[in-house]
Amino acid sequence: MKRFKNEINAGSMADIAFLLLIFFLVTTTIDVDKGITVKLPPWDETDTTIDVLQRNLFKVNVNANDELLIRGERTDVANLKKRAIEFILNPEKSKDLPRSPRNAIISLQNDRETSYDMYITVYNELKAAYNSIWQEEALKRFGQNYAELDIESKKAIRKDIPLVISEAEPKSFALN
Amino acid sequence: MAKFSRKKGKGTPKISTASLPDIIFILLFFFMVVTVMKDSDLKVDVNYPYATELQKLEKKSLVSYIYIGKPKERYQKSYGSAPRIQLNDAFATIDDIPLFLEKEKVKIPEQQRPLMTASLRTDKDVTMGIVTDVKIKLRKVNQLKVNYSSKPRTDDL
Repeated sequence: MKRFKNEINAGSMADIAFLLLIFFLVTTTIDVDKGITVKLPPWDETDTTIDVLQRNLFKVNVNANDELLIRGERTDVANLKKRAIEFILNPEKSKDLPRSPRNAIISLQNDRETSYDMYITVYNELKAAYNSIWQEEALKRFGQNYAELDIESKKAIRKDIPLVISEAEPKSFALN
Repeated sequence: MAKFSRKKGKGTPKISTASLPDIIFILLFFFMVVTVMKDSDLKVDVNYPYATELQKLEKKSLVSYIYIGKPKERYQKSYGSAPRIQLNDAFATIDDIPLFLEKEKVKIPEQQRPLMTASLRTDKDVTMGIVTDVKIKLRKVNQLKVNYSSKPRTDDL
């Protein structure tokens, strides 16, 4: 019977651990550190305007009411990705779409009153278009997922299908 | 006699609680690893927009956060309800951004400085005007790596 007296009561250890656990539960937040990564163009004081052939330009306008205009045509956001892919790849060799993906320029212009939510949705769709094109190209060329490619192969693909999204400074333009 | 029969030790044996702390400790370590300490007290409301093409921000030390959103209700009396910028723990204006970024830059080792990312934690209901102003400012100070914080979206548009 005597040997039991030397045992430390471990029951209170649980309480101590619980206190610590509750402390961490309360003080910490599981942060979602995810987002759309963008590389902004460097600032240029001089107002540079480049003339772009109409066929190479995919103009996306978003107005103050979050309405979308693709190449002057009112469309729903759900169609944006499909339209962008069609524009970049030009599968039917159409005369009013770019001859090669290298020439393709996407111009995104929004109003100062456009909601950030809409802007992210539109930007996300454009990026999704490029990501799915890159993915297809990676499978075709290397038989691998784009995300699993090494940097050299990724660069090779991006050189042939560069992501060019030009963002003009927002203007106030009315749709009607 | 029945009163003393207990002493013979024929009652149900006690469940050992000795392993309970271990279980709790495992939980504790799990939470310690997966959670991040809140670094700044948010004074603006930020509800992230939803997106699908997300990339994870890898190195926390290379990221500086710029919050944009409506001031929280208790600050609205003194700051109004128009969207504002928060840097660190205080409200700021667009002109404070260059200094803020410079201070953040000093904290990280020199060879890693080009990798510095500005994370724009913007509320989804903010209009693009203020966001554009911030973007122009970032371009002017050559902070070109930007991340628009968003939450993953699973359903179709």
